[in-house]
Amino acid sequence: MNPLTRYIVVSFLFATAGLLAFPANAQDIVVGEFASLTGSEATFGVNSSNGVELAKEEINNAGGLLGGRKIKIIMEDDQSKPGQPSAAVKKLIANDKAVAIVGEIASSRSLEAAPICQEAKIPMVSPGSTNPSVTEKGDYIFRVCFIDPFQGTVMAKFALDNLHTKKVAILQDVKSDYSKGLAQFFKEYFTSHGGQIVIDRSYTGGGTDKDFRAQLTAIKAAQPEAIFVPGYYTEAGLIAKQARSLGIKVPLLGGDGWDSPKLTEIGGSALDGCYFSTHFSVQDKNPKVQDFVKKYQGKFHALPDGMAPLGYDAMTILAQAINTAGSTDGTKIRDALTNVKDYPGVTGNITIDEKRNATKSAVVLQVKANRANFVASVPP
Amino acid sequence: MDDKRILGYAPLRMTSTEFLQQLINGLSLGAFYALIALGYTMVYGVLRFINFAHGDVFMIGAFCGYYLSPRLLPHFTGWMTPLGPISVLVLTMLICALLGIAIEKIAYRPLRSRPKLTVLITAIGVSLFLEYGGQFVFGADPKSFPELMPDRPLEGTGALTITTIQLAAFIVTISLLVALTFIVKRTRLGMAMRALSNNATAAALMGVNIDTVVSFTFGLGSALAGAGGILFALSYPSIDPLMGLLPGIKAFVAAVLGGIGNIPGAAVGGIVLGVVETFVGGSAFSTYRDAIAFALLIIILLFRPTGIFGRAQIEKV
Repeated sequence: MNPLTRYIVVSFLFATAGLLAFPANAQDIVVGEFASLTGSEATFGVNSSNGVELAKEEINNAGGLLGGRKIKIIMEDDQSKPGQPSAAVKKLIANDKAVAIVGEIASSRSLEAAPICQEAKIPMVSPGSTNPSVTEKGDYIFRVCFIDPFQGTVMAKFALDNLHTKKVAILQDVKSDYSKGLAQFFKEYFTSHGGQIVIDRSYTGGGTDKDFRAQLTAIKAAQPEAIFVPGYYTEAGLIAKQARSLGIKVPLLGGDGWDSPKLTEIGGSALDGCYFSTHFSVQDKNPKVQDFVKKYQGKFHALPDGMAPLGYDAMTILAQAINTAGSTDGTKIRDALTNVKDYPGVTGNITIDEKRNATKSAVVLQVKANRANFVASVPP
Repeated sequence: MDDKRILGYAPLRMTSTEFLQQLINGLSLGAFYALIALGYTMVYGVLRFINFAHGDVFMIGAFCGYYLSPRLLPHFTGWMTPLGPISVLVLTMLICALLGIAIEKIAYRPLRSRPKLTVLITAIGVSLFLEYGGQFVFGADPKSFPELMPDRPLEGTGALTITTIQLAAFIVTISLLVALTFIVKRTRLGMAMRALSNNATAAALMGVNIDTVVSFTFGLGSALAGAGGILFALSYPSIDPLMGLLPGIKAFVAAVLGGIGNIPGAAVGGIVLGVVETFVGGSAFSTYRDAIAFALLIIILLFRPTGIFGRAQIEKV
């Protein structure tokens, strides 16, 4: 390499580095996003951010917001680990000057970021955190999904009315606010409507516990007719496998934390005949859903799970709010978000209530031969 | 025993079937801890230092199995089918042995004459390197481990269930333990290991090549960790680069519990820890499983500071 080419190459490198460091057009509207792209709940982060990406692309292709300004997403991976979301959100708000934040799927991690957004008066929209306390952190925190009192009730109702079970065991993840919340609301409805929780055991999720035989052996001895496992997919798959190998034949029930292609990859045929509640089914005939499935498959070459359309809905509702607000001011965006009514999202009609939660229906899916089939839709 | 249970009232009550089943669960969990603990204890016996990267060699073992299985298994068909998993196991143990020897050569040997603390910190560094290097190379998301053998309950065990994998894991653990005891007690290298453990300077003066013996010790310990990784991944088929962290710590505790430096002690320590954890996990105190298990260990160590098998004058490996 002669000195001149070296000079050109070096200056070119610096120029590219400069572009990478300051790529944002001053006109761009910066939306921050933090998600679990890696770690034990990686498919949640990957799929929801795919949804966000799809929505962003559509909005930008249609001319952007506020008269032609493009949306720019800045993404932070929190590795499915506690402690990371707060650092990510602080960076997004202080360094990247995000005007709004798209939050996490996992409630524990949204709960960690919420107070920071609240204090900075930057609205945060969580696609899929269902624990009620998330939006209780302040009036800048929103979600586009239903909450656990509803989801827990749906599954309890389903266990009583559709499966005709009266004796259910619970195996919950003590490390997850989501799991504990779901277990509590399931228990409340189930026991107050004639059911009985015969045994309640817990484990530590997030990739910590891998052996559940101890809890499952105790559960087997209690002879339940179904087992409610309101955890995440990595553990649910292993739990199903170990339950079957211990000779437990009753169905396992779960929540939207199960909704991942990895579930059956880990659990395999052990999950056949198990049920879980979630936000959306690819088998839904609604043209809005089918249109989304087609677009998603075209871009990512995979079927969306429940988290992808939630990411999509979170982004489109946020975009609509920015347009309605006519400004990128956090307070104005928040005011616009509180007024969302009957928004036709992919995951159903979304109305933001006074507690900044979305009211909409849930679906119950049954796992069979590595697929989740639609069983029932439960209105709010 | 009473078959009826009342929640919150008699949290520790269980039927005899349940008791035996929990014992089986505990034994099979403890077997993993024992396999990993052996590596800790051997290195400690010879070098008097804790190789904190040991749990991560265990993780590498699981990933070796993950990448080797699809490449090796299709070559074994018909009557050779059972040889497939065995070849994966053997090859993984070989790779892990080489990795262990390399770690010792590159990271620990140059520091051998330095204070023990320096080597200890280096070991933590190696551990973090393997964990986060693993995240970079393998990806941080959990992967599902291939089924090397059919997992089904054995026939004729009545109300109890023992799965084929649990049995295989137990058999492999016992055979490796027997092989290890044989190597240490009956071979020249084993004798050299014991000599080194007793008095390194004297052993060197008697013509023992210390470098060879240390390399051998690391290789042996890491091969066991690799085998542990494969068996663990078979039983809990979701593997990720940080999977070695907790089993590593627990195996370390098991080694201390059994009396660090003592081979049967490590095996017994692992089994005790597995059984205690399982019984707490099955009780109404399942939330506090690790807390109670570790509190029990602290109490045992308060009464026997050298561990179950530790004595003032013990034959260390």
